Amino acid sequence: MSHLRPDILERARELIALYPRPRSALIPLCHLAQEQDGWLRPEAMEEIAALLGITPAEVRGTASFYDMLHTEPVGTYLVSICTNIACLLGGGAELLEHAEAHLGIRVGGTTADGMITLEEAECLADCDRAPCVTVNHRYVGAQTPGSFDGLVADLRAGRRGDEIPPHGTLVRVRRSTGLQADPASVADERAAMAEAQAARAAAKEEGS
Amino acid sequence: MPDVPGPPEETVTFVLDGREVTARKGEMIISAAERAGTYIPRFCHHPRMKPVGMCRMCLVEVSGPRGATLQPSCYMSVADGMEVVTASDKVKKAQDGVLELLLVNHPLDCPVCDKGGECPLQDQTLAYGPGESRFVEEKRHFEKPIALSELVLLDRERCIQCARCTRFAAEVAGEALIDFAGRGERVEVATFPDRPFSSYFSGNTVQICPVGALTATPYRFTARPWDLDQVESTCTTCAVGCRVAVQSSANRITRLLGVDADPVNQSWLCDKGRYAYEAVNGDEVAATPDAPDAPDGRVTQPLVRRGGELVPAGWGEALRAAADGLRAARSAGGPGAVALLGGAQSTNEGAYVWAKLMKGVLGTDSVDAQLGDGLPADLVLGLPQATIDEACHARAVLLLTGDLREELPVLFLRLRRAAVDRTTTLLEVGPVPTALTPHAAVSLTVRPGDTAAAVRALLGGGSAEAHPHPAGPTVDDADLARARRLLADGLPDGAVDGTGVVVVLGRPSVAEHESVVADAARALAQALPGARFLLALRRGNVRGALELGLAPGVLPGRVGLEAGRAWFSAAWGAVPDAAGRDAAGILSALAGGEGVRALVALGADVAGDYPDRGLAARALEAADFVVDITGHRTSTTDHADVVLPVAVAHERAGTTTNVEGRVSRLSQKLVPPGEAWPDWMIAAELAAELGGDLGLTSDTEIWSEVERLAPAFAGCTARLLDAAATRDGVVVPVDLAAVPSHPVHPIDPMGTPGIESAERQGAPPRVGQSAPPPSEGPVALGDGTASGGDAVPGTGRPAAGAGIDPAATGVAAVHVGPADSYSLRLVARRRLYDAGAAVTHSPSLRPLVPAAEAHCNPHDLDALATASGEPVRLRSARGTVELAGRADDGVPRGVVVVDANVPAGAGTLHDLIDAAGAVTEVRMESVR
Ligand code: SF4
Ligand code: SF4
Ligand code: FES
Ligand code: FES
Repeated sequence: MSHLRPDILERARELIALYPRPRSALIPLCHLAQEQDGWLRPEAMEEIAALLGITPAEVRGTASFYDMLHTEPVGTYLVSICTNIACLLGGGAELLEHAEAHLGIRVGGTTADGMITLEEAECLADCDRAPCVTVNHRYVGAQTPGSFDGLVADLRAGRRGDEIPPHGTLVRVRRSTGLQADPASVADERAAMAEAQAARAAAKEEGS
Repeated sequence: MPDVPGPPEETVTFVLDGREVTARKGEMIISAAERAGTYIPRFCHHPRMKPVGMCRMCLVEVSGPRGATLQPSCYMSVADGMEVVTASDKVKKAQDGVLELLLVNHPLDCPVCDKGGECPLQDQTLAYGPGESRFVEEKRHFEKPIALSELVLLDRERCIQCARCTRFAAEVAGEALIDFAGRGERVEVATFPDRPFSSYFSGNTVQICPVGALTATPYRFTARPWDLDQVESTCTTCAVGCRVAVQSSANRITRLLGVDADPVNQSWLCDKGRYAYEAVNGDEVAATPDAPDAPDGRVTQPLVRRGGELVPAGWGEALRAAADGLRAARSAGGPGAVALLGGAQSTNEGAYVWAKLMKGVLGTDSVDAQLGDGLPADLVLGLPQATIDEACHARAVLLLTGDLREELPVLFLRLRRAAVDRTTTLLEVGPVPTALTPHAAVSLTVRPGDTAAAVRALLGGGSAEAHPHPAGPTVDDADLARARRLLADGLPDGAVDGTGVVVVLGRPSVAEHESVVADAARALAQALPGARFLLALRRGNVRGALELGLAPGVLPGRVGLEAGRAWFSAAWGAVPDAAGRDAAGILSALAGGEGVRALVALGADVAGDYPDRGLAARALEAADFVVDITGHRTSTTDHADVVLPVAVAHERAGTTTNVEGRVSRLSQKLVPPGEAWPDWMIAAELAAELGGDLGLTSDTEIWSEVERLAPAFAGCTARLLDAAATRDGVVVPVDLAAVPSHPVHPIDPMGTPGIESAERQGAPPRVGQSAPPPSEGPVALGDGTASGGDAVPGTGRPAAGAGIDPAATGVAAVHVGPADSYSLRLVARRRLYDAGAAVTHSPSLRPLVPAAEAHCNPHDLDALATASGEPVRLRSARGTVELAGRADDGVPRGVVVVDANVPAGAGTLHDLIDAAGAVTEVRMESVR
C-alpha cells in the first residue's frame, strides 16, 4: 500500500525522471511528502527510499539536515518568523517573543489545537518587509504584534485558505516539470556557450 | 576501488618534504607519502574506501599557483612537480586547530572507554595536538549508549563524524542502514527508527571507528587493549579464510580483528567469523536444548557409552574403545565397513592424518568431508581454478551458487565491490534472487532441477527449461540472449571459448541433487574450455579436507586413487583397494545395513547438518558403532559410543585452505580446554591403538610429509608459508612466479590496533616520523626446481590432478520429472546465522538466528487463501513441517524457498528432503 497519494506519487515519478540518478530527486520528494502530510512521516520516508533505491536511514539523514524538512509532526500552519539581521533590526526578536506569549508555546512547539507550529527562521529573502513572516512557506508580509494576532485569528478561522494551502510545499517543486524552454533554443544556447568557452581557452593559451 | 592508483607503470614524481618521490598516477598524497615512509595523521581516510575529506586532520601544504595552501592530503592526488610539505609551522598549527576543535565536543572519558590505549584520537592528540585545551565550558551529554543493532552500540558524544562507519555501510557492505542525522554539533550516526543496523558486516564499523564511539556488545568492557596478547591467523568459520588478528587474555579469546590481506578479505570480516569465538570460549551459562547437561558448551573430556549412558573416561580407555569398535566393524564387514564423515573443521594437517589413518591404516575409502551439501570431489579438485582476485577482474563472472552473502560473506563483499567498480560483470543463474542480484547484469531465474538445462540454453542450444511450470517458463529469452552476448563480449567473433570467464560454482539449494549443478558445471567446462572456476563450498576448511584426501576416490594432493596408488602405497604401506562411498552412499549403506557398520564423525554434526535428516537419523540408529570427535555436544553426540574432545579454532596450529586453494597459517592462541586434543593427535594415537604407526608427532612434521607426498602441495614449504611476503597465504599448486616476493604493504594503521599487528598494519604515528619504508629483500623461495604440483620424473610422484577427471560422471545425473501444477519445488537455501555449533554456542549470535519461513509467489499463497505471515504446512514424501508462509514477488510460481539450516516450526527443513531425489517436491497446505 502506498502511503503517498496517487497524485503525489505521480508527481514523484515525474520528478525522479528529471534526474540521471534517482537519488537526486530526494529533496523534492521530501517536499512532496510534506505537501501531503505536513511533515515527513516514517511511512513516507520509507516509500521515498523505495522510490529512489536508497535506504530509509539515508532519507532520514538528509531530511534531518534541513530546516524546511520536518521529521516531527507540525501543526496545520507552520509560522516562521525571521530573526536574521534585517528582521532583527526591524523587530523580529520582539515579534517572536510576542508570538510565543500569544500562542502559549515556545519556538519549535505546536499549539494544543494542532493548528500552529512556531519556528524561528534565518533570512527568508524578504528583508525589505522586515520583520518577515511566512506561513507554510508563503509570505504574509511584515507583521507587527497586533497584525500577528489578527493573522493567527484568520488562520484559525480558515480565512486565509485561498492563499495558504493547509500544508505547505516549496512552490518550485510544483511548478517546474522538465524543460519548459524549447529544447532547440536550449541546444543553441549550449552550443554558443561551448564556443565562447573554447574561445576563452584559446585566448588564454595564446596569452601564456 | 577508491584511492586507486593507476597502473603501476604510470608514475608521477613529486617533492615531499624536500625529497623527490615517485608515486603512482592518481594516488592520493596521503598514500603516496605513506609508501615513501612519511605518516600523515588522519581520521576519516581509509585506504579501502573512497576519500571524503571530512576530518581535515591530514592537512599538508601544497604549493600551487597562489603559493602554498593547506590541502587535505587524503583528497588530493599527486601530480608531477607538486611540492608537498607535511611538517611546517603552518601544518602544525592546522593540526593543532583540528584536534582542539575535535576535542571541544569529545568527552575525554578515556579511562572508561574501550578504545583507550589503542585510540587514534588519543595517539594523534599526543603526537600532533596542542597539549592544552581552551575549552572550559560544559561538554555535550547524550543518553548512552544507544544500540544501533544487537551487536553494535553507539556512544554519541565520542563520535568525531569521520563517516568511516557510514561509508563502510553504504560503500562496502552496500546496506546504508546507518547515516548521519542532524546538522552542526548535533550530527549523529543514526539508523532509521525500528530498522536496526542488522548487517552481517556491522562489526567492521567498530573496528574502523577511530574513537570509542562504536563498541561491540561481545567485547565492550571486557578488556583493556594493552592486556591483550595477539597472533595473526585465519578465520575458519567459513571457507573464505579471512586473515584475522586473534586477541586473548587469560586463555580466553577476547576479540578478533580483520587483517588486511589484499588477495582475500582486504581487512573486512563478517560478524559470524568475528564473534563466533564465544563458542570457543564456551561462554554459555544456560543449557541449550542441544546440550542439556553441558552448560559450558564444550566437550572437555573423552566419554564412552556404558550401560546406555555416556560417561567420562580417560584417553587411554576411550581410544581403546574406539579402536575396538572400529576393528570389530572391519573384521565383520571388511575395510569398507568403516566410514568417516567430516573434516571441514580440521586443519590441513588434521585432515591429512585422518586420511592417512582411514585410507592407509584402516584401508577404507569411504570418507567424505562434505555432508551432502557440496559438490563431487572430482569437480572441486579437477576443474580449472580461479582465485578470488581473478574472479573480481574477470571479463564475466557466472554465478551458479547460493546467496554468497549468506554462505561466504566476505567473498560477497569482494564480488559486490568488483561489480560496483565495474572491474567485472556478473551474470547470475539461480532459482531465487540473491544479495548480488541487484548488481548482476543479467539474472536468469531457473526452476530447481533445470539448472543444467538453463546452462545448456545459455551455451547456445535448447530450451532453458525441461519442464516449465504450467504458469509459464521462468527464463526470459531476451535475458538469455543478453547473457550469451556478455559471455562472448570482448572476444573476437565466434571465439566463445570462455576465456576470461570465471564460474562461481556452489549449491543454490540443498534440496536439489548435487548432480544437477555438477551436470551444469560439466557442460560449462566442456563448452568453455577457457573458463575457470571458483568453488563456493561453504564449510571452514572443506577445500583443504578434500585436497588432503577426505573424499572417496582421491588421495592427498589432488590425485585420483588409481593414479596415486603406487606412490602412496609405497609411502603409507597401503591404500584402499577400491573407491569408496560418498556421504549419501555411506549413510544409505549404514541405514540399509549394506556394508558400512561403523562411523567416525570428525567435527561434523551428521544428524543435524545432513540435508536428508530422515536418512541421517536412520543411519546413526542402525550403525553398530559411532565415534564422535567434537568440540561441542551436537545431536550426533547422542548416537555416539565414544566421544573424543577435540581442539577447535584458535586452539591449534597448522594451516588451512580456502575456497580458492590458498593455504595460510593458523596460529594457536589458546590452550585447549580440559583434555581436548588436536585432531591429528587423535588420529595418530588411534592409529597406534590399531597397531599402526603414522610416524607423525607434530604439525610441522605432518606438513613436511604433506609437502613431500601430496603433489598439489609440493613446494608449499613451511618456510614459504612463514615468509613475510606470503603471510596472506599461497595458492596451491604453488606457482613460484605468482608468489609475491616482497612483504605485503602495510595498510590502515588504525584498523588493527594492537601489539604485533603494528608491524604489519603500519607503525603507530610518531611526531616527525619519516623513516624509509620497511624493506625486506625478495624472499628466496624453494630450490628453483619445478613448480609445485608437477610430476617428478624418476620418483613416481604423480602430478597434481592426475587421475582426477571432472568430466567423469562420478555421480549419475538424477532424472527430473515434469512438474505437476499442484506441487511446489523446494529451494533449500542456507543462512549465515544457522543452527550449527558456532552460532548456537555463541550467546551474542544465537538470538540472531531467523526462523524459517516459506517464501513463495503471492499467487501460490493466494491459492491457499492464506495471508502472508500465516502458518502453512509443507508436506513432502519424507515428512511435514509447519512454518509461516511469506508472499515474495521474487519467487517464481511453483517454487517455495525455505532456509534449510535454521529451525522450521518444530523441526527443520531437513525433515522434508530426500537425498536421493533430483529435486524435492512439496505440497503446501494452509493450517486451519
Ligand atoms: S561513529 Fe566512529 S566511525 Fe562512525 S562517524 Fe563517528 S567516529 Fe566515525
Ligand atoms: S567470511 Fe568466512 S572466513 Fe571471513 S570472517 Fe566471515 S566466516 Fe570468517
Ligand atoms: S533578514 Fe529576515 S527576511 Fe532577510
Ligand atoms: S580529511 Fe583527510 S583524513 Fe580526514
